Amino acid sequence: MDVVLLSRLQFAVASLFHFLFVPLTLGLSVLTAIMETRYVQTGDEDYKRMAKFWGKLFLINFALGVVTGITLEFQFGTNWSSYSKYVGDIFGSLLAIEATLAFYLESTFIGVWLFTWNKVSPRVHAMFIWLVALASNISALWILIANGWMQHPVGYVLRNGRAELADFVAVITNKFAIYEFLHTVSGAYILAGFFVMGVSAYHLLRRNEVTFFTKSFRIGVTFALIFALFEVFNGHLHGAEVAETQPAKLAAMESHWETRNGAPMYLFVVPDPENERNSVEILPIPGMLSLLAHHSPSAEVKGLKEFPKDERPPVTMTFLSFRIMVALGFLFALLTFWAWLKRNTIVEHPGLLRLLLFSIPLPYLAIEAGWIVAEVGRQPWLVYGLMKTSQGVSTLAPSQVMISLAAFVFFYSALGLIDFYLLAKYARKGPVAH
Amino acid sequence: MLETIWFILWGVLWAVYFMLDGFDLGLGTLLPFIAKDDRDRRVIYNAMGPFWDGNEVWLITAGGATFAAFPVAYAVMFNSLYSALLLLLFALIVRGVSFEFRNKVDSPGWRTLWDFCLFIGSFLPALLLGVAFANIFEGLPIDGNGNFQGGFFTLLNPYGIAGGVLFVVAFVIHGANWLAAKSEGEIHERAASVAKKMWPVFLVVTVLFLAYTYVATDLFDNYFKYPYLWMIPLLAVAGMLISRGSMGSGNWWRAWMGSSLAILGITFFGVAGLYPRLLPSSIDPAFSVTAFNGSSSQLTLKIMLGVALIMVPIVIAYQTWVYIFLRGKITDEELEYEEAY
Repeated sequence: MDVVLLSRLQFAVASLFHFLFVPLTLGLSVLTAIMETRYVQTGDEDYKRMAKFWGKLFLINFALGVVTGITLEFQFGTNWSSYSKYVGDIFGSLLAIEATLAFYLESTFIGVWLFTWNKVSPRVHAMFIWLVALASNISALWILIANGWMQHPVGYVLRNGRAELADFVAVITNKFAIYEFLHTVSGAYILAGFFVMGVSAYHLLRRNEVTFFTKSFRIGVTFALIFALFEVFNGHLHGAEVAETQPAKLAAMESHWETRNGAPMYLFVVPDPENERNSVEILPIPGMLSLLAHHSPSAEVKGLKEFPKDERPPVTMTFLSFRIMVALGFLFALLTFWAWLKRNTIVEHPGLLRLLLFSIPLPYLAIEAGWIVAEVGRQPWLVYGLMKTSQGVSTLAPSQVMISLAAFVFFYSALGLIDFYLLAKYARKGPVAH
Repeated sequence: MLETIWFILWGVLWAVYFMLDGFDLGLGTLLPFIAKDDRDRRVIYNAMGPFWDGNEVWLITAGGATFAAFPVAYAVMFNSLYSALLLLLFALIVRGVSFEFRNKVDSPGWRTLWDFCLFIGSFLPALLLGVAFANIFEGLPIDGNGNFQGGFFTLLNPYGIAGGVLFVVAFVIHGANWLAAKSEGEIHERAASVAKKMWPVFLVVTVLFLAYTYVATDLFDNYFKYPYLWMIPLLAVAGMLISRGSMGSGNWWRAWMGSSLAILGITFFGVAGLYPRLLPSSIDPAFSVTAFNGSSSQLTLKIMLGVALIMVPIVIAYQTWVYIFLRGKITDEELEYEEAY
């Protein structure tokens, strides 16, 4: 294997692993903040216990999210140094802004929040967790502005053999980045909602702390429902933006080979990239792809054959990941709506509770699939239209990257297993008694 | 001009990182030698508890600012130091999770495992950061294309190792000062005694390192050219003296501030000697990456300077508040606190 492929694998391992922890951080910080705010408003001790219980799970998860984020930032330099030189002027500054604006705030106040339950007033203490929640979400915004720039570079000029900043406002108001942010953060909130619902379901099925977990459940399901519905809407907008800016990615997402007007959407497709066609295409919805992509049932949708072979993303992987994500997205909307209707009597619906308990992994799957669509679908480009992935890599010996990749896999697997074990252990243990 | 300002800021970010995370790394290194029982160990964890994470962000910002202001330096430095850097990151990962994992399973073996991880995850970064910076001071074998003509073991030359030793010693004394300030009773006495015993070692190692620097690097050239720069190593010396004086009078916060000043001074001694080079090349001075040939565009430097001038003081303000607010000693009461480590 060459350095490019090894470095790509390493980045994939590092980022997909990092993103097992980030979404729960984003969503559960907000949910914990909501619970603690309810405590401040009502004085109901249950809400304080909720903030502590969910806050503890938040922290176990947070630890790995933080420590695995650093390797991502530094990997641009270690493994993608040509890329770093080429885009540092823009991309590097976005990462630096993220650190100064958000990361200090998050990392400083998480410690303060943890250690000051009995040192400050409830109101001030709730403010600490809001600062953490706010900071982690601002952090996501800047990271996605950076990723959005790789997806759809704007506000730059090619000078001195690199991309230099020309219009900072254009970079931070990049529509692609804003859609990507809304889409990612909503997904994270759905995940956190399902996490709260699933863990609550576990206890409700055992009739353990019924009041406590019904209250938690109601907050979780309402949160998840709002963002599951919003996700369908913003997901569509994001998809339409992809159609405009990255037509090759869109074609791969749909395994759409021939450019045509009034393109249908097939409900069931088996791609056959070898022969540049689909071996199975059944259940067409006429004009649907054109409508979704370009808001008109007769619009032209570019097919993969429109692009040179070496400028097409891997079709099967992009296509499958996209289908999984979309199917799960609709499932989340239906499931949360059903659960929301039953939210006040949820303890009497063991079937639904069991379903929700086993649904905890599904949003994780959807989010990882979403990132595969975004990143694999962007290939062969590292910065869309500007720099190919193969041009961005460092000068390293394959053996160096092979060793580090093996270390990543071994090390992250061990830490991931421990973290999930602890998460499950403390989730099962339930809250501390009154 | 902007390049020079950013060069100074670059130095500030690294120096503050060493000063703040320095005591965490030093304390983690000390853990197996200074803690006699589980209570001692918990005192150490909780003494760093609310601070270490915020401290580590200075490293991320130092990395991020290098990327933003000097992308070429970022690319060449991180590519060159590939193995050392990944080792550093893995060590820091282990260090970070030790805090969260240690008290989550009630078994002595489990706790011993994470105590060991905290030690390794603190000692290795202290050593590697010293090795890396000493190597930068003496120059890396970087060719005309910015490619590193060496390997991991190139870094483990005598001067590099001397830098590693200096960092470990400085961080250990800094950590002992912190623990002495944050604890009481027997563990406090032990921390105080370590700090006092380490001080002459720190002094000797620093002097030897400076002498070695004179032989192995050209850092002193700037000092002979601009004599007012001697202020910086003098600050380091002043910090060391303040630290020793305060140890004697039992003012451990001032002793810690003294060691903080010493670490800032030592880092800045190197940074000022490097100027304007970020990464000197040992192959040919012409191949060095400098603040001028490795920087971002003027527009980016300007915008980032605006961000830094607004945000860094705000960060310093709230972090200072946290340090003052949570300065209390780790007492039995603190250890019984439900959320304590």
